[in-house]
Parts: sequence; structure tokens; C-alpha cells
Amino acid sequence: MTLTAADVAEILRLVEGSSFDEFSLELDGLKLNFKRNADGSGLGQQTAGAALPPAERAAPLERAPLKREPPLDPPAAVAAADPNVHHVHAPMLGTFYRAPKPGEPPYVAVGDMVEKDTIVGIIEVMKLMNTVRAQVNGAVAEILVADGAFVEYGEVLLRVVKSD
Amino acid sequence: MAIRRILIANRGEIAARIIRTCRALHIETVLAVSEADRDSVPAGLADRTVCIGPARASESYLNAAIIVQAALGTQVDAVHPGYGFLSERAVLAQLCEARGLVFIGPTAAQLEMVSDKVRARSEAERAGIPVAPGATVATLDEAIAAAREIGTPLLVKAVGGGGGRGMKRVDRLEDLPAAMALAAAEAQAGFGDPRVFLERFIPSARHVEVQIFGDGTGNVVQMGERDCSVQRRYQKLLEESPAPGLSDSCRRGLHEAAVRFSQRLSYRGAGTVEFLVDQQSDAFFFLEMNARIQVEHPVTEAVTGIDLIGEQIAVAGGSGLSFAQSEIRCGGHAMECRVNAEDPAKHFAPSPGMAHVAIWPSGAGIRVDTHIASGSRVPPFYDSLLGKVIAHGPDRKTALARLRSAIAAVRIVGVQTNVSFHAMLLADPEFQAGGVDTGFVERLLEGRHSIAEVRRG
Repeated sequence: MTLTAADVAEILRLVEGSSFDEFSLELDGLKLNFKRNADGSGLGQQTAGAALPPAERAAPLERAPLKREPPLDPPAAVAAADPNVHHVHAPMLGTFYRAPKPGEPPYVAVGDMVEKDTIVGIIEVMKLMNTVRAQVNGAVAEILVADGAFVEYGEVLLRVVKSD
Repeated sequence: MAIRRILIANRGEIAARIIRTCRALHIETVLAVSEADRDSVPAGLADRTVCIGPARASESYLNAAIIVQAALGTQVDAVHPGYGFLSERAVLAQLCEARGLVFIGPTAAQLEMVSDKVRARSEAERAGIPVAPGATVATLDEAIAAAREIGTPLLVKAVGGGGGRGMKRVDRLEDLPAAMALAAAEAQAGFGDPRVFLERFIPSARHVEVQIFGDGTGNVVQMGERDCSVQRRYQKLLEESPAPGLSDSCRRGLHEAAVRFSQRLSYRGAGTVEFLVDQQSDAFFFLEMNARIQVEHPVTEAVTGIDLIGEQIAVAGGSGLSFAQSEIRCGGHAMECRVNAEDPAKHFAPSPGMAHVAIWPSGAGIRVDTHIASGSRVPPFYDSLLGKVIAHGPDRKTALARLRSAIAAVRIVGVQTNVSFHAMLLADPEFQAGGVDTGFVERLLEGRHSIAEVRRG
């Protein structure tokens, strides 16, 4: 059994509505850890433990040139300035992963419906995994960053067309 | 290993300075920038920038994990920490060592040793270097007993402090409890370590420091001294080399002590050993070691002709020192003014904003290290240094005359600066005579204040 993004979102909702401050679930090598913010204001950015896979992707042999490469995706599918489009920015610098572990289906794909709390990816910083959430309800219109890519703080990871 | 790409974990003029040497050495540069520095002059000079976080330093320039992740993500060979921020925190050196990155600086163990002022003091004593009378104190009772022995005036200093931070002066013994409490609280807040120690305050002392370089295997050379006595609230404003008016024996003693101290540690890279020189007795006392490149390094570069940043990179890369002690020659005299975004009319309050106009001087013997050009922003989140104006000449008189005309030619509009203070300082007869002590700036400002009062009255 694997968890879909919708499952995760559902779990999050249940935990959010509960009186628990901490929640952890382990299945098939996947481990989810949620911790409520210290101020009790709701589920915050959680850090998953070691069971979430750290980068096992081999480092490239050749050093990448320094100049920034153009975005991997074809020209923007949605207008970047459209007020109905939400940009999901990297909340920190690190390595962006689209899936919980290599070979697994990505958290989200273009066309998927997402909710505010839907996890859209993770960013690894020195072996610590940090979740990235959609922040709005809507549909994923574009994913701008490849799995395993190094992302800077504030870089746009994906775009979501808002549904409300 | 050959260093071919460097991540610069710093900002401001020192970032621009490091990039300049890297270019000359054909080393690629990646500059770590916070959101506030994306459009800075150094960002434009670097081969690539990488945004490491928001403006607040604790979430960007002070986050060691993020810095190392940025270094790994951009596939650099080495990390240059500059000065301030993480440059003297063992944690960054440790993380670099653990992840196979070259840290351009001393080892993590050396950083830990010198950042503990009490350990550094006892290390100096073991090296036979005089330290000011003092004592480590754990309780107030101990402190009172020790203070009676040391005598007043004395200083309460933070064990984890440095650069004048976490320091309280006590003139009367009855003020000690309050000063102890305040110093401990400040030390805890500033350095995460509430421990304090007492040290005799030496009035009429000069602050003289020696630039050293070690190759990490016990070879250490010195590149002469810098006089940094022109300070306001322990913040240096002007530095010069050589220190004017020192006796030959004192000068030689300082150089030898700095080398001896660094040799004991098998120190690696650029370092500065700071001393207080007692004007009256011609004696000197060890203060602390700064385990990084310093703001005032251009003064030493001017008199020695050595590129200190280039030397740091060479030592970090394992090629050792590129010269022996006998090959280092100090020639002429150099002087540096720190131009800060501070308003002298408002007790030197920081003055961030936009430098609509920034025109810096040039000319014979003049060097300017800055990251501020016309249109540059001066963000409120960081220190107020705008640039350094350095003058070199065959003798002190020439260097001073060059610096005076250079300072008069600085034109910065949009933020307040301390340029008028520097003009006044350079014109002062006591400063011109040379050899002022650390209380000089305070007296100078008081004098000016009373003149202004008289004029108003």
C-alpha cells in the first residue's frame, strides 16, 4: 500500500482537527512525521525523519557549468503574472524532490487538483527533509523544477491555477 | 587540491574584495546572497549568485547548514567565509570538513580554541606572552575577591565575546555586581555563553595587532603590525601600519609574541593577534586572536605588496605559504578610514537607505574597497560599512596627506556617513603627531561637543 498525495492531505486534515500535537505513520518504508507548531497554531512545516530517503542519486561526474540553465519546461503554460495563478516558492535553499523516494510516483503532476495543505514536494537541506505545500486550492498548471534539482531560496517550483 | 570554484559566504565590500582576487587567479565565484542583496554590486561581479534565504542574517548568512548545502549544490571546491557572520564559528568549518569542502580559514579545533578567550589567554601565558592581570570567575563572591586583587578600573569580559562586544568597564568595586549581571546576560544573548572573566583595564593603552600567516604545519610568518587605537566604543575607525612611535624592542616583541602564539597552535591561514600596548611602561599584553581575514587587511597589503586573500586561498589549497619570513618587506606607511553609514550628528546612529550618489576617490597611492556605487541600497539588516579608503605613501606624512585629500573627495548622497568625522580626525594635531591611545576618539568628540556648546552659548 502506498500513500497518495490525497491520502496525505486527508491524514493532515484529520490530525489538524484532532487534539494531537504529534503524529507519525510508518508503512512500507515510508514514514510520515507531523508536528504541530510550538504555538499550537496548526500544522507547520514538518521535518520528516531519516526514513524519508535522503539523496541517493549519484553526484554527476562532470561539474555543471556555472551559468544558470534556462527553465527545463517549455515556455510558461500559464501567464506568470495572472492573479489567478499562485507561485509556489522554495521556502529554503536545498535539493528539491518531487517524490517521497526514487522510483515512486511524484507527489503531484500537472493537472492534479491540490488543496492548501497538499504536499507538492520536499526540499532536503543537509539530510533534513522539509515539505513544500501548495498553499492554495486549485490545479497544478506547471512544474518548473526537475526532481533532484538544486533550488535557491524563493525560486518558483510550480504554479497552481487557483480554484477559489 | 587545486581550488577552482569558491562559494563566498559573505556580503558587502569583502565579497567584492574576494571576487577580485579570485578573478585574478581564474577561480570561479559563487556568491551566497540574502534576498536583500540580490541586486548588490558584488552580486553583479560574481560568476553566479545563489539566494540562501531572507534578509535576516540568522536565516541566511548565519545559517551554516544552508551555506554548506549551497556549496554542495553549486559544486564548489571551497568556502570563503570573509569576516563576521560564520567566519569564526567552528560549526561552519566542521560542516565543511565533514562534507569534503575546503574551509578557507583555520581548522575547526583552532577556531574553538581562540574563540574561548579564557583558553586563548592561558595559551598565551603558556607561550610566555604577558596577559593583563585577570581571572576567570564563576560566582559573584569569586568575582569580588578577584576584583580586589586586580584593582579598578577593570573590565568584565565575555568568554565567548570578541571585537569589543560583551565588555563592561567597572570603575568602583560596588558597581561590580550590576556589571557582572549585565555582562553575563549580554554574553548569553550575544554568544550563547554566559561565562565572564575579569581583566585589568589599562588606561592610555594603544591597540596594536600583528598580522600572521600559518601553513598549518607550524610554519608561521608575520607581516608587521597595525595600529587600531582610533576606536569609538571598541569599534575601529582608522588603522595604520606601521604603528607610529613604538620602540624597536616593543615592536619586535609584538611580532615575536604573535608568531610564538600561532606556532603553538600550528595555526593555518590568516590570523591576527591583538595586543594592548601600555604607553607609559612600553609593555604589551595579549588581548585575543582573530582567526579570519580582517576588515583592515588592505593596510598590510599596501605596505607588504602581498595579496592576503590570494595567500589564504593558496594555504587552504595546500600549496603552503608562498614566501619565507625573510622575503617579507614592509615599505612605506599605509592608513585606512572606514566609511560607515552612520550619522555623527546623531551619536553615530546607523543610516541605512539608498546611496543615490556614491563617488569614491582615486589617485596616487589611493585604494578603495567598497560595494557601494551610485544607486546602491544600504539595507538596515547588516553592518554599516560602506567602504574603506586606503592611502599608501613612502612615509606617514605623505600617506596622511593623500588620505586627507581622498576623504575630502568622497561624495555620498542619500545616506549619512562618518566622512566628516574622518576629515576632523585627520586634521587633528594630536592624531597627526601619531601614537594616540584608545581614549582619543572620545576626547576628540567631547572637545568638539564643548566647542559647539560654546558657540551656541
